[in-house]
Amino acid sequence: MTVESAHATPVNAPEHNPHGPLHHQYEDIEQQNDSYVTGMWAFLVTEIMFFGGLFLAYTLFRSHYQNDFYIGSQDMEVAFGAANTYVLLSSSLSMALAVHFAQLKQPKKVPPLLFLTLCGAVFFLLVKTHEYLNHIASHHFPGAAFIPPEGATMHGSQLYFSLYFMMTGLHGIHVFIGLIVISILMYLWIKRNPIVTEDYVPTEMVGLYWHFVDLVWIFLFPLFYLIPK
Amino acid sequence: MFNIPIVPIRASEFADQYDWLFYIILALTFFFTFVVGAVTLFLVIRYRRGTKVDRSHPPHENLPLEITWSVIPLVLGLVIFALGARQFIYFKTPPNNALEVYCVGKQWMWHFQHAESGVRENNALHLPMGVPVKITMISQDVIHALFIPEFRFQYQVVPGEYTQAWITPTRIGTYHLFCNMYCGTQHSEMGGYVYVMSRADYAKWSQNGGSDPEPMTLVQRGKLVFDRLNCASCHTTRDDDRAPTLDGVYGKLIHYTDGSSMVVDSARLREAIINPYNHVVQGYGNTMPEYQGAISEMDLFPLMEYLKTLGQVQAAKKGSESSTNPMFIPTAVKQRKLAVGALGSGHAESSSPTKNNLSVGEVSSSNRAPGN
Amino acid sequence: MSTTAILTEPKAKVEKNYLNVDHSIKSWLLTGDHKRIGIMYLVTISFFFALGSMFAGAIRLELTSPDGLFLESETYNKIFSAHGIVMVFFFLVPAVPAIFGNFLVPIMIGAKDVAFPRLNLMSYYMFLTAGILFLIGQIMGGVDTGWTFYTPYSSMYSNSQVGITIAAIFIGGFSSIFTGLNFVITIHKMRAPGMTWFRLPLFIWSIYGTSIVVILGTPVVAITLLLVVVERTMHIGIFSPDLGGDPVLFQHMFWFYSHPAVYIMVLPAFGIESELITAFARRRIFGYHFVAFSTLAISLLGFFVWGHHMFISGQSMYQGVVFSLISFLIAVPSAIKIFNWMSTLYKGNIRLQTPMIYALGFIGLFVVGGLTGLFLASIGTDVHLSATYFVIAHFHYVMVGGSVTAYLGAIHYWWPKMTGRLYHEGIARYNAFLVFIGFNLTFFPQFIVGYLGMPRRYHYYYFAPEFQAYHVMSSLGASVLAISLIVPACYLTYSLFLGPRASSNPWGTHGLEWTIASPPITANFDHLPIVTDEVYDYERLDREELLEENADGIEEPMPVKTF
Repeated sequence: MTVESAHATPVNAPEHNPHGPLHHQYEDIEQQNDSYVTGMWAFLVTEIMFFGGLFLAYTLFRSHYQNDFYIGSQDMEVAFGAANTYVLLSSSLSMALAVHFAQLKQPKKVPPLLFLTLCGAVFFLLVKTHEYLNHIASHHFPGAAFIPPEGATMHGSQLYFSLYFMMTGLHGIHVFIGLIVISILMYLWIKRNPIVTEDYVPTEMVGLYWHFVDLVWIFLFPLFYLIPK
Repeated sequence: MFNIPIVPIRASEFADQYDWLFYIILALTFFFTFVVGAVTLFLVIRYRRGTKVDRSHPPHENLPLEITWSVIPLVLGLVIFALGARQFIYFKTPPNNALEVYCVGKQWMWHFQHAESGVRENNALHLPMGVPVKITMISQDVIHALFIPEFRFQYQVVPGEYTQAWITPTRIGTYHLFCNMYCGTQHSEMGGYVYVMSRADYAKWSQNGGSDPEPMTLVQRGKLVFDRLNCASCHTTRDDDRAPTLDGVYGKLIHYTDGSSMVVDSARLREAIINPYNHVVQGYGNTMPEYQGAISEMDLFPLMEYLKTLGQVQAAKKGSESSTNPMFIPTAVKQRKLAVGALGSGHAESSSPTKNNLSVGEVSSSNRAPGN
Repeated sequence: MSTTAILTEPKAKVEKNYLNVDHSIKSWLLTGDHKRIGIMYLVTISFFFALGSMFAGAIRLELTSPDGLFLESETYNKIFSAHGIVMVFFFLVPAVPAIFGNFLVPIMIGAKDVAFPRLNLMSYYMFLTAGILFLIGQIMGGVDTGWTFYTPYSSMYSNSQVGITIAAIFIGGFSSIFTGLNFVITIHKMRAPGMTWFRLPLFIWSIYGTSIVVILGTPVVAITLLLVVVERTMHIGIFSPDLGGDPVLFQHMFWFYSHPAVYIMVLPAFGIESELITAFARRRIFGYHFVAFSTLAISLLGFFVWGHHMFISGQSMYQGVVFSLISFLIAVPSAIKIFNWMSTLYKGNIRLQTPMIYALGFIGLFVVGGLTGLFLASIGTDVHLSATYFVIAHFHYVMVGGSVTAYLGAIHYWWPKMTGRLYHEGIARYNAFLVFIGFNLTFFPQFIVGYLGMPRRYHYYYFAPEFQAYHVMSSLGASVLAISLIVPACYLTYSLFLGPRASSNPWGTHGLEWTIASPPITANFDHLPIVTDEVYDYERLDREELLEENADGIEEPMPVKTF
């Protein structure tokens, strides 16, 4: 097999500065950025498949226990759910703007926007915690202490609440992870760390993740809060 | 000493059909394995390094050839698929006059109940030769599978829903019965035997109650369950505020509070007892207690046989029929046989139950005191 | 380019390569080098293969008697469960992608490393963690649910270490996902200039197809097993009818991954087969495009046939028929590959060295395995054969006769590249025949005894003592197979210390990996290649060698046979 070395960039050429944004296995920054962004999208596909199993279980059990799911959803406070939806959507906006300014290399504008996103995440988690505590207090947490709501069956309502806690819980874990990651990101921007200032892709990847988390909630909200009779 | 079997005995009508298809596929398997093996061997020998053969211009593509060897396997495959599908549909579509046997699998034993005679047996199944038998199965705990290799019969026995298949034994003898879905520690010990007898012998066996210590018909046994659970305390002879009547319930089209309407078959009846809240009869609330855990699958079968007779006059004759009918295929039952099976429960059509000469026997409604 | 193997003193001074560039433990534990990660996987996975084989040995020993020999039923049940879990999740699924994929993918496409080396390292540690968790679970008692964890037995009835074992599989699953992700991006984004899609070695196509399946399927089994644990610990009814759930739902969700999983296990083997056949027939593959596209077809269709594991589970008749139809369709791409490989032998220049013995064995064994799959895809015949030893024989023919044979062929073919050493070809070649014989003796009787009605996962078979002859035959075969698997471990290990050094291309074959040193330097290439050859272009290779041969009268390349 003929190998030619017209593209002769030996391994220790200046472009492959170990302290620069370009990693050694890449030829140029475009290839690297492209790879990282596509990789993030591929990871989000796996997340869709991961949540997908739960959505499948939800679909099946809701069709089987329609009445119980309706009664269960009456137990949810739509105001809280709506507030959370609004807040998450807004936080996605501030995140998108942060990514925008990161691409434009305007480091002053990024941290405040990330901070807004963080506020949204914290608000979301606080509201969710409050809702969870309410549900637990009214004996709607599945397990030995579970009491079905008025008019609902034991099996169907327990399934509704199990799916509720599992799906919103899994989502909440993702929000929490996002919170940690965005905090770190914000810290790096404040410190003008070259990892984030010289290369917008880490910020973009976090942005993609956050939009995904938001999108999952957009599905969860109507499925659990807005069930029609 | 060297009694090593090579092929299993064919003891059912399905087995005869089955083996035809099996051997067709086997022939194809042998043929293609031989062809692949022979051609490969030939090519390896002919073109091994050092032989003086023409190696010029080795081809590396040939569309017609690729299409040929894609289409031929595809067509053969589709033929086998069609034969297999047809066979399976046959296996899952019991004939109307099939003998009914109920089966409960539980860790780690098999329990059978013969619908007509009421004979119960554990880890053994007696069947008459030449008569189709439909086996309705359910598990008390985990998933099992009823496997009778010489019949080529196998189907999973699942908790929570009835599964069904049928077979016609064609050979007198004793055959293996296995559990074939891993179900825990003693899975491999959950076996038994199927005894296929001549019709006359079977009739005699049933009449004598088999090895059942307390032989009685399933209907009689079901009445005992009905009384023990005190169903009549709510379910009287007519619809009232507490509960709808159970007279004529089997085969009736019922409208539920969620807007659906279904004909009551075995699966519906079972659900109504175990999980009544899943479907509540229109006009009523969630007042019936759940009997899950309070009634075993082994009791549910006779209870349902009994419920089938409520409001049915002819069923009252069952007791007398059984002693004169050597085949244990009560004629009354034939009229209201539901073709449950292929499409699962809840979609069966039925002929409407007949309501004539409700006269004798304990099943007569006039004998039941309301609110008892 | 050096085409001859040079007989060198085993202990002669060697150039700097990826193995000896840094001997510190830290350089191994924190490596980003895909080759080192591949080697670490090789060590760990070999350990698990040995463990799984020992479980198999115990099973075969126990089954020689209808009343068992030395095990309690509960122990036997735990052993076959462990055998399945180890062989599926800790050997077959990771082996070829994590070892050979990691080692070869960047080199074959002309890159310095994978797209995400640190993620690659994390994948390895996740795999190691999963393995350790599994071993802890075994020490604490193991599981007796079978590798399929059917509910409600696993979620409500079993008294074994289900939680920790599922945790191990869960983590191992994510290790697999991240590796797959890495490969997809690497293959898409990091090919050298001139390396178009249709110049890629077919091994790369197979890794690509496998990785797609991994990414889409593995998360589903992760969530399914998570739900089993939730049901077990919190008594929430998803799969248990007593709690309002549906046990067949578990089967749907489980098999939605586990059927594509078997393609994860076999597609890389197909890729290896393409490499071995072309290398040792010394010609271009016949029908490159068909082989490449059939790989993608199998990846895609594999997601639509899961119901053929559930034909008699109570699902509707029509569901079953549809799954049966699609299962027959998926047989076609595999058949296409077999015929293309056979055609590649035509007008070849075939050398019957060890990897080729394995490659030819693969053809025979996989064809038997695939054809016996027809009995099971046909829903009418599956009724009797489901969950019998016929099924066990079928999947062992494709998994062991297919995947493991290809794996062994790959080990032997790329051993000189990975380790820089040559093994003893004579022993290896005879041993390959022994593998073939031992394997057939073990598993062919199982087709017969399965058809006779021997159920799987049976500890005792005293109801049917007439089956004993077949079990004894099978166990005898297993002893032969065991020996044939121990022998390579010995001569390969020996070669590491005392084998002759290998040149960059000891087999004289075509491929980017054979243009670099054995073992390669850390960066793989001195200068990144620009690819102008078609793949498997042996005509060009032979023309060049003809020139070299005339130049200095050197013989056609052959690996060294003696020390």
